Amino acid sequence: MDTALLSVEAVSVVLPTPRGPLKAVDAVDLSLAPGRTLGVVGESGCGKTMLSRAILQLLPKRAKLDGRVMFNGRDLAALQPEALRRLRGPELAVVFQDPMTSLNPVLTIGTQLVETMQAHLGLDSAAAAKRGAELLAEVGIPAPEQRLRQYPHQLSGGMRQRVAIAIALSCEPKLLIADEPTTALDVTVQAQILDLLAREQRRRHMAMIIITHDLGVVAGRTDEVAVMYAGRVVERAPTPQLFAHMRMPYTEALLAAIPKLDAPPHTTLPAIAGRPPDPTRPLPGCSFAPRCRYADDRCQGAKPPLADPERAGALYACWHPL
Amino acid sequence: MAKFIGRRLLYLLPVLLAVTLLTFLIASLLPGDLAITLLGDQATPEKVEALRAQMGLDLPIWQRYLLWLWDVLHGDLGRSFRTGETVLAAVADRLPVSLELMVMAEVTALLIAIPLAILCAVKSGSATDRFLTGLAFGKLSLPPFMVAILLIYLFAVSLNLLPATGWIPFAEDPIANLRSFVLPALTLAIAEWPVLMRVLRSDMIATLQEDYIAMAKAKGLRPARILLVHALKPSSLTLVTVTGINIGRLIGGALIVEVIFALPGIGRLLVGAIYARDFIILQGAVLFVAVGFVMVNFVVDMLYAVLDPRIRHGRA
Amino acid sequence: MAVREVAALDVGVDTSAVTPVRRQRRLGGLFVASVIWIALVGLGAIFAGLLPIPSPTEMDMLGKRALPSAEHWLGNDVLGRDVFSRLIYGGRISLTVGLLAPVIGVTVGGALGMLAGYFRGRFETIVTGGVDVLLAFPPLVFALAVTAYLGQSILNITLVIGILGIPAFTRVARAVTLSLSEREFVTAARALGATHSRILLRELLPNVALPLVAFFLLGVAVTIVVEGALSFLGLGVPPPAPSWGSMIGEGRESLDIAPWLAFLPAIFMFLTVLAFNVIGDTLRALTDPRPGAL
Repeated sequence: MDTALLSVEAVSVVLPTPRGPLKAVDAVDLSLAPGRTLGVVGESGCGKTMLSRAILQLLPKRAKLDGRVMFNGRDLAALQPEALRRLRGPELAVVFQDPMTSLNPVLTIGTQLVETMQAHLGLDSAAAAKRGAELLAEVGIPAPEQRLRQYPHQLSGGMRQRVAIAIALSCEPKLLIADEPTTALDVTVQAQILDLLAREQRRRHMAMIIITHDLGVVAGRTDEVAVMYAGRVVERAPTPQLFAHMRMPYTEALLAAIPKLDAPPHTTLPAIAGRPPDPTRPLPGCSFAPRCRYADDRCQGAKPPLADPERAGALYACWHPL
Repeated sequence: MAKFIGRRLLYLLPVLLAVTLLTFLIASLLPGDLAITLLGDQATPEKVEALRAQMGLDLPIWQRYLLWLWDVLHGDLGRSFRTGETVLAAVADRLPVSLELMVMAEVTALLIAIPLAILCAVKSGSATDRFLTGLAFGKLSLPPFMVAILLIYLFAVSLNLLPATGWIPFAEDPIANLRSFVLPALTLAIAEWPVLMRVLRSDMIATLQEDYIAMAKAKGLRPARILLVHALKPSSLTLVTVTGINIGRLIGGALIVEVIFALPGIGRLLVGAIYARDFIILQGAVLFVAVGFVMVNFVVDMLYAVLDPRIRHGRA
Repeated sequence: MAVREVAALDVGVDTSAVTPVRRQRRLGGLFVASVIWIALVGLGAIFAGLLPIPSPTEMDMLGKRALPSAEHWLGNDVLGRDVFSRLIYGGRISLTVGLLAPVIGVTVGGALGMLAGYFRGRFETIVTGGVDVLLAFPPLVFALAVTAYLGQSILNITLVIGILGIPAFTRVARAVTLSLSEREFVTAARALGATHSRILLRELLPNVALPLVAFFLLGVAVTIVVEGALSFLGLGVPPPAPSWGSMIGEGRESLDIAPWLAFLPAIFMFLTVLAFNVIGDTLRALTDPRPGAL
């Protein structure tokens, strides 16, 4: 564990809302070694995006962060803005969910790609432009020199996400956080983008966190998976182990919710019954209990800790593991 | 882009035509006879009749409009009955002063408004933000002529720092010329900045919530670059529009300010023409101002397209 | 597919609800103060003739620029006229013009806007085109030109400023009507076979009215300023009738020896305009759900 590139220690995020404080992330612990990949999975509202924003120190102004985000031995949460700025780009990079909104509509692709390298690598504009074209070619964009002069709205969604990935890779970061990188894209290009990310991750030996609601996305592409529910990590295990033996009923439900391509037509799409609990009204027991078919009185009354009782390297928070 | 300009031009023509018609109608619907007004009550009927014929006042109104429009299109806006000066010469003479005043005022207003708006947006909800937005709201109720009185009292009467009236040509003494513009321009700028600040502030707050700003932060860009390049440009669309719309108010404000500070601009020409009942000058000056205003709005529309590439590429 | 119902950002990032609450409370006190101030000026204007104050036009040649005394509460002006009395009577003109002119705008503009927004089509094109033309004139220049031609009187000034206000009201009414026309209750009324006039008057008007009233109050503030500017230039209400604008204009001549002659009417006008702006803005904020919208 001491070799970890990133370790998230007891991180909580509280957002003030008109209905009272909302605990979006609740005492999450994670760690990631250099060059490894982690998948963070959960349905929308589970706090996975807030967790990624907490790691990136991009929380909304009024959000309150507790705990430590140790990156290369430094606590990002306690870092001065200028020191943090120097880390972003060359050490820590991100690809956001929607390339329609994460690229600035009034600046050219070139400007947005080149400015990062100029800010951190000290390249002059000619060298940065040359490098920018190379990067665009690397992420699979044809005619890169012309693309540099275009605006985001002139590109398709998939192309735009490739641009966003090129921007994220431009300063050779040690850790890349991909926050639902394919959710906003057409199904046909989703796999391409994921494969591109996986390829670049291996090629550059960078660590990567993929945040998604889709267990299928992390299946063959990550070393470890953390499943989040209602702000907490409820199961965490090496990917093969997790898929081999799920312990948490929620993870199982999540897997069942992936539509099967081989299902006969007009099959009702599987869904997890019920809704996640109101995050401003925390439950005393297991948050998943109201929707869990195995739940009993113990689940309603006491929160199960995230633990590894079998010492098998797989952690889960459940009184009645599968 | 060419298609966009073409579409706007097609719209511009009927508006310009309507503006000339309205200007003409206002002047033609004078109660009483223009000839009598010009010659005085004691004029003999023969003299009045002669002048009417000379001015074409005996023709039906639509013919008079077409004749007048024909002249206007040939650059002939008439000639003052009092000084003999042509309207065009009078306007050309005064225009530089008005332009200098308005440009100085608008630039000053933007120089005040933009930094304050950015400050408010970055610290939105803070005490600073609430104070400045409150101040801007209060200022909306303080028209230019009151600001002028206040500034004259402070800087001219009490401190004796700047001239309250008078104007010296730039060619004669540039420093004195600029000094004579300080109070008038400041008056207009103080009237303008709250509107500009409020608009930019609310747009900027919305922009700062955008994903691409989070992205810019995640890229480790300097805060100044994030604010000035990534946030300001997409936030300035409404600012440009409002700046354009406000030119109408600015023209009105400039008119009063020119009168108060005795600057020989279009506004003073207009008001002077009213005092002197010099209707030809008045009609010409009003037409000039209205057409200028329409043209400014046209240019503002074009600027829109420059600022937002999405409009330029026909996705408006 | 339940899991695929993806929200843009998991947990609502919208935490903007914290400040407006505070702001509204602060505006509350200001709102009450504004109502009280307008009530005072309004009562003064209505009952000016009954108040135990000197005549606003009577000149006391020996008491030019006299300082405040028991007889003249706020002193005399350049011509020896009682300043306090002129302020009260000046409010009469400001409020008369200020309240009447926007009535023209709100009725004509409101009707045009509603009809344009409801019937759409060619009528709407003509109305919006006309609005654009009218907006092409810088308002103060237009007002000056027309009063110059038609002569200075309260009626003319009210008419001109009122007509100038039509485009703005048309735009507001049209925008609100457009957004309402698509709503269920209008569709329902239409499906039930209601006549156009019934839909316009019973269904749409009550909903368009509140935004228009808010805009009306802002219009009052603008009108008072324009009337003040005209009078300040000596092109508004003809003398010797007291108007705040002309008082400021006259006071300008003696800024060096008696600055209060300009500042007193300026303060009265500022407070009145501010009060209308505050009330109008509060009402507008109630009808406009967007926080921080202009």
